[in-house]
Amino acid sequence: MIPPNFEYFAPNTLGDAVSLLERYGEDAKILAGGQSLIPLMKLRLASPRFIVDLNQIQGLEYVRESDSYLRIGALTRVTDLEASEMVRKKYPVIYDVAAHIADPLVRNMGTVGGNIAHGDPANDLPAVMLALNAEFIAISPTGERTIKAEEFFIDSFTTALKPSEVLTEARVAMPPARSGGAYLKLEKRVGDFAIAGVATQLTVDGRGVCERVGIGLTSAGPTPLKPKKAEESLRGKKPDDSAIKRTADLAADNANPRSDLRGPAEYKREMFRVLTIRALRNALSRVSGGS
Amino acid sequence: MTAQAPIIHGMGHAVKRKEDPRFIQGRGNYVDDVNLPGMLYLDIVRSPYAHARITSINVEKAKALPGVAAVITGKDLEPLGLAWIPTLMNDKQMVLPTEKVVYQYQEVVGVVAEDRYVAADAVPLVEVEYEPLPVVADPREALKQGATVVRPDKGSNLAYHWEAGDKGATESLFRDADVVAREEFYYPRLHVSYMETVGCVAHYDAISGKLTLWMTTQAPHAVRTVASLVTKIPENKIRIISPDIGGGFGGKVYVYPGYIVAAVASILTGKPVKWINDRSDDQPSTAFGRDCYMTAEVAAKKDGTMLALRVKTIGDHGAFFGDANPSKFPFGLFSICTGSYDFKSAFVEVDGAHTNKPPGGITYRCSFRVTEAVYAVERIVDVLAHKLGIDPAQLRIKNFIAPDKFPYKSALGWTYDSGNYLPALRKAMEKVGYEQLRKEQEEKRKRGELMGIGISSFTEIVGAGPAHTFDILGLKMFDSCEIRIHPTGKAIARFGTKAQGQGHETTFAQIIAEELGIPIDDITVEEGDTDTCPYGLGTYASRSTPTAGAAGAMASRKIREKARKIAAHLLEAREEDLVWEPGKFYVRGSPGKAKTIQEIAFAAYTNYPPDVEAGLEAVDYYNPPNMTYPFGSYICVVDIDKGTGEAKIRRFMAVDDCGNRINPLIVDGQIHGALAMGFGTAMLEEIKYDENGNVFGANFMDYLIPTAVETPKWETDQTVTPSPHHPLGAKGVGESATVGSPAAFVNAVVDALAHLGVTHIDMPLNPWKIRKILRDNGIQAE
Repeated sequence: MIPPNFEYFAPNTLGDAVSLLERYGEDAKILAGGQSLIPLMKLRLASPRFIVDLNQIQGLEYVRESDSYLRIGALTRVTDLEASEMVRKKYPVIYDVAAHIADPLVRNMGTVGGNIAHGDPANDLPAVMLALNAEFIAISPTGERTIKAEEFFIDSFTTALKPSEVLTEARVAMPPARSGGAYLKLEKRVGDFAIAGVATQLTVDGRGVCERVGIGLTSAGPTPLKPKKAEESLRGKKPDDSAIKRTADLAADNANPRSDLRGPAEYKREMFRVLTIRALRNALSRVSGGS
Repeated sequence: MTAQAPIIHGMGHAVKRKEDPRFIQGRGNYVDDVNLPGMLYLDIVRSPYAHARITSINVEKAKALPGVAAVITGKDLEPLGLAWIPTLMNDKQMVLPTEKVVYQYQEVVGVVAEDRYVAADAVPLVEVEYEPLPVVADPREALKQGATVVRPDKGSNLAYHWEAGDKGATESLFRDADVVAREEFYYPRLHVSYMETVGCVAHYDAISGKLTLWMTTQAPHAVRTVASLVTKIPENKIRIISPDIGGGFGGKVYVYPGYIVAAVASILTGKPVKWINDRSDDQPSTAFGRDCYMTAEVAAKKDGTMLALRVKTIGDHGAFFGDANPSKFPFGLFSICTGSYDFKSAFVEVDGAHTNKPPGGITYRCSFRVTEAVYAVERIVDVLAHKLGIDPAQLRIKNFIAPDKFPYKSALGWTYDSGNYLPALRKAMEKVGYEQLRKEQEEKRKRGELMGIGISSFTEIVGAGPAHTFDILGLKMFDSCEIRIHPTGKAIARFGTKAQGQGHETTFAQIIAEELGIPIDDITVEEGDTDTCPYGLGTYASRSTPTAGAAGAMASRKIREKARKIAAHLLEAREEDLVWEPGKFYVRGSPGKAKTIQEIAFAAYTNYPPDVEAGLEAVDYYNPPNMTYPFGSYICVVDIDKGTGEAKIRRFMAVDDCGNRINPLIVDGQIHGALAMGFGTAMLEEIKYDENGNVFGANFMDYLIPTAVETPKWETDQTVTPSPHHPLGAKGVGESATVGSPAAFVNAVVDALAHLGVTHIDMPLNPWKIRKILRDNGIQAE
């Protein structure tokens, strides 16, 4: 449990951070909350030669609404999402996920940016970001760009970020009235990675028809997954029992889980169906004023 | 004498533990807290293969790394006679290999450096070339003809065959029985997952020739003797110190290669050497628990009268047969498997197998395989109940050993000291509302909802043990206590046991307080230093209170007898005219004429009778006349989520009977902890191997132990049936709940699904196992 030697930098500005990343390229890793990177290094599964610690950079920890977006700074600790009254009331899907990422010790240190940018398909926040159609802002020596969540996750532990880019913010369009969301995570034990996780975000119109449907899946394959066919099947429809089940069938079909210590693939696929049904019902109950 | 008598806190007081202030403040003193000047650090190169020939080991690059002090291989140990060492079961085990490795994560080379970081960096610089060999990781395969032989020196993979009971009588009862219930159970391989991994600091002083070893051991005295016999270092030149230990559960009885390599490294370098196992090295390489395949059968009459029990078991012992057992019992005390029931006859047989897995077997609060035994009988009783359509509680009640039959001779030869099983089960049933729950279950079943109720009415066997039957490598399993009363009436008491969280500093002080009337705060309890403590066999298998605790009472009584002489002298009375009440002697008929134990202690050094030696101390080596047989009845209520297959524990009622309770708070804490371990066993834990011997479950990401979040709220209660032979009427309790509870969880889940024809599900009760049963029965998931 002792990592190999590495060189450590703690820049005070984003500008310094990106120039360090530009200088060291693939040999450098960004340290944010350290809840994934440090264990990987201690197990010697990752051996970066250079560590660029972002924690001295001011202004990256915030959760606020502005310009019709909910904006979450990349260094925001997961626990701050959990503690935010605004998140709990207006973004229940984010509140759900924040309360189910690992355990309180990890959430006190782990960051929103790290949970997303690590690219681990078993991390919980990416599925929520996919369901919410979030956008990510990244800065590099050449400037800033915005990346859609659905274009961000390329492969296991691989994202659209370039080696010299830093994720600075995740933003989510403020939901219209009659919206609701939920995240359900099935885990063997609290603090474990998900056997399966499903995020849902719905907006219904005055007649009870689904205007917007967002779904994201955790531990469903090599990347966090947005089951588009499932989303489409519910869009423009009343979310009755059969529509919900059809949506859940499509989500489960889309999932590509692997058999491992957290269960056989067949079971996991079935659980994507069960959790999608439950998470959609849960989201709907919140639309109609439920908690 | 008008001063208020001090509060003594003897038997039955739920006082808080004396050791806790240091533990909860992080001020304990563990092996890793031992830091000596010039100390070096050992790290270990481990095998990536489960079975492979070593073709070469090149240590040059590692040796060349600045800061590396020594690199030690099996070839270095060979001339010292330490490449192999004997195990506790008359087998031998490798310390470091010279020819081949026999399990994944096996220790291969030791690297010693001036700090931990350099040592860790040197590990990957050691170049070991392996030629992989065929692997056998399943004990059932290992025992088949033509299987790969793990131990060519032994010729086959059969470590032993062991049987107990009357085979002929049992078979005849089976032939004539109305009904036979039969089921196969796999008890998964578990790891104890103590908070503190194993480790040591070895310090060889070349001037005095003395080797001091601070180590995580539950049995320091036995380790010293074995170490002396193996290394030829005189026993007076070896000192083992077990400081505070962060959980042992049997896993710290074993002698691990790291201890030996650290000691050799200290001798070679002339410096102290520390070795602390990483968690991810410890979990897959140190001793495991369970890992056995059992076929249990019970023969019964139609009315539910159970006649005979038969169990055939294949046990996986890994590459070396080194279970920490009493030597006459290769599969521990498994023959307690007739449990709480009055069987006419029983027969058990066990084949022990070698595989390409680490050795171990007796760990995780198992009371020497009693866990497996209780699981087998408590499961098969439920299988029979469902087969006969008799309520599992009623079937148990019908077959319990009647209270007037104690001391009871079991079909497999044990003499149960005391027991009264029905009141414990009745109490559990009443408190949990058993009849109401059965009605609820019936109604829920009609609505398609799934709930189950599981019972386990276990009988334990602890306190090894009587010298006529119990020894480890010839060392009889007595235990000891030495008490010295100081002139001011304060005391120090030392024991041959070694707590790893059991609370001996409090419980043992209470025993002495009860016997001598000295307040517990005036009694210091020490254990674990072989230079200062009397010889004993250590703490495991719930033996400390039955053995060392009894020695504490007996030593106190010896002191009391001497105190009587001194009191008679002081009071100018005849010894036989003195009456003892806790804390003082008084003259019969004149309660005012009294001397307190404190006054007597002072006189023992200042004013003692001419025909009496000065001082007030005693030592007792206690040979228990019998084992103690604690018991209990547990009831688990479970609800099944049909959609996910999750089994959610609604209630768990535990009624324990461990005889007289010395400290009820500590007993309750022991039971809570052991129930949580039983819950982990039933629901979560398993170390798996693939066919190549690759281990899964080698760290806390993959091997999940329960947290406070999912652990059920335990409801506990008691009945009290004292042990007739223990000086305080107490029995051991540390393992009752690990032993008794797993069957209750499984029985509850099987009970929830019994109407679907389910008779058994192997632990851990993963949701996918349950969901598959539901899916196969056409129950839709949503």
